[in-house]
Amino acid sequence: MKFAFYPGCVSRGGCPELYPSAVAVAQKVGLDLQELTGASCTGAGVLQESNLFLGDCLNARTFAMAERLGLPILTICSTCQGVMAQARYRLQDEGYRQKVNAVLADEGLVYKGTVEVKHLLWVLVEDIGLEKIRSMVVRPLTGLRVAPFYGCYIVRPSKVLGYDEHAERLQALERLIEALGGEPVDFPGKTRCCGFPILTINERNSVAMVAKHTWDAKERGADAMVTPCPLCHLNLDGYQVKAMGYLKDRIDLPILHLPQLVGLALGIDPKTLRLGRHLIAVAPVLDKLGKVAVKA
Amino acid sequence: MRITIKVRRFNPEAPKPQPYWQDYTLEVTKTSTVLDALIRIREEVDESLALRCSCRSAICGSCAMRINGHASLACKTKVSAVVDAHNTLTVEPMGNLPVIKDLVVDMTPHWHKVRAVEPWLQPVGPEPQGEYLAPNEAMLHLAGVMNCIMCGACVSDCTVLEVDSNFLGPAALAKAYRFVADPRDGMTKERLAKYNAYGGIWDCTRCYECVQVCPKGVAPMDRIMAMRERAIGMGLKDTYGARHTLAFEELVEHSGRLDELRLPLKTFGYTNIPKLVGLLPIALRALPKQKAPSPFHKPIPEVKSFQTTFRKARQAAETERQAPTSQAHHG
Repeated sequence: MKFAFYPGCVSRGGCPELYPSAVAVAQKVGLDLQELTGASCTGAGVLQESNLFLGDCLNARTFAMAERLGLPILTICSTCQGVMAQARYRLQDEGYRQKVNAVLADEGLVYKGTVEVKHLLWVLVEDIGLEKIRSMVVRPLTGLRVAPFYGCYIVRPSKVLGYDEHAERLQALERLIEALGGEPVDFPGKTRCCGFPILTINERNSVAMVAKHTWDAKERGADAMVTPCPLCHLNLDGYQVKAMGYLKDRIDLPILHLPQLVGLALGIDPKTLRLGRHLIAVAPVLDKLGKVAVKA
Repeated sequence: MRITIKVRRFNPEAPKPQPYWQDYTLEVTKTSTVLDALIRIREEVDESLALRCSCRSAICGSCAMRINGHASLACKTKVSAVVDAHNTLTVEPMGNLPVIKDLVVDMTPHWHKVRAVEPWLQPVGPEPQGEYLAPNEAMLHLAGVMNCIMCGACVSDCTVLEVDSNFLGPAALAKAYRFVADPRDGMTKERLAKYNAYGGIWDCTRCYECVQVCPKGVAPMDRIMAMRERAIGMGLKDTYGARHTLAFEELVEHSGRLDELRLPLKTFGYTNIPKLVGLLPIALRALPKQKAPSPFHKPIPEVKSFQTTFRKARQAAETERQAPTSQAHHG
């Protein structure tokens, strides 16, 4: 299965552990990734605040590159997924697409409106399939209670993200956690905002969201939280210490990137998954799994 | 069809008022709405159940409540569409508003915020001979946001209001946009300057909850984003929000990729010592773990041709913005 790979800025920036772990998992499950090295940032919804049209042009440029390769796009970032899905939705309008294509013409690019954008989570569940993944598990996450944190951009707006045709996407993380041998932990904030987008604007509110979600998950017995969004990771992991300060209580909930959790179960070396890079130590998760025998 | 509705109840007159769940099992037809079922419960099973409703046709906005955890109009939601495999559904009062009794919430905080955005036209200059006229396209554009029925569903599910009741919230800000985008209003810049303040347009997290739950397609968040774009366009750039998006744009223009190290520095300003000192603890925790972007930021290959496209796009947007009938594409 071949994809045009769009890793996004954060997987090599603030979350440098994400890129290598995603590539390792992709290799393991047999995904052939051709990286779109010339593609730019999606704008992350931030650039769109000052100039929506400019944001749509940048994403159409990326779509045109993937279209030229004849490949669907694979992302490992929910925010990139959401922002690209929204741009793609607006670019279904032919008149609007023409305006955008007029901008792209100088680079010899044209977007015809056919590209598909899929997050690694959906590719694992829908294209690889849970059965296949279950069969590949060598280090089952037995006894590990994992809280799925979807965040916003891979969930809403649902009509833009294809939930009408793929209702099962609402449970994708839970089903994947089960397939890896773990136990999903339900908590109220799983599709709420992590707070990251307002971190520099209203830190108090942003960190209050981190406190709320990590505390709720921990209270329900989670050993770890998993997220398909590196921006959620930046806030939930990076600002958890501050959140503990707000609560005046310990939380210490390890936050794993989606490919790190999958990689662990598929037997990829924790070092390759860069599990030592987190601010909230992942060691308790490894200790818990260490007691589980690795299947030959 | 036999269904069970789990209702989140609250009786303020109980000796020790505490919310609790109560199950009602009843027969409904394939076409029954959640409101039909609740009214039947009230009329035939338990007359103490309190709920608010009026038109039963998704026009009045009275019956907004949380169904299976998300706000919607009970009269617009078919039972068959929301029951789970065990023919069960949950019903709760809206979130972010005080509960008066059972499914009835106090909308007062919501009305206060709507009033705070001054939801009336404020024209300037001499009064015209006849009516104040607006171009047709402008009114067509406003029709979407004027669809708001003030049901409060967006307020209920707003992630910011959950942690900060000071936030004006999606309903009031959508109403604000209705006047910001009205060509007859003469106070656009003053309005935007006001909405720019703490608790206003920049406090939204862009989480799309309000867009998702609005039963009328008002898309409040898109309106908030359109106001951010307008505020910056009118030169209102002295907020951390505006500085953040402008810094983001500049950094992407420079290298095609986001430079995460410079983004907070540019947003706060290199001489903003208190804010920069505030970043130190996180930096000191992240650096030993090598969880940080490289200080040697690499641009994307062929960044020059990317920059040509980037600038052409910005120029095209600018030309469009200055056209008299232009409207934001948000929504």
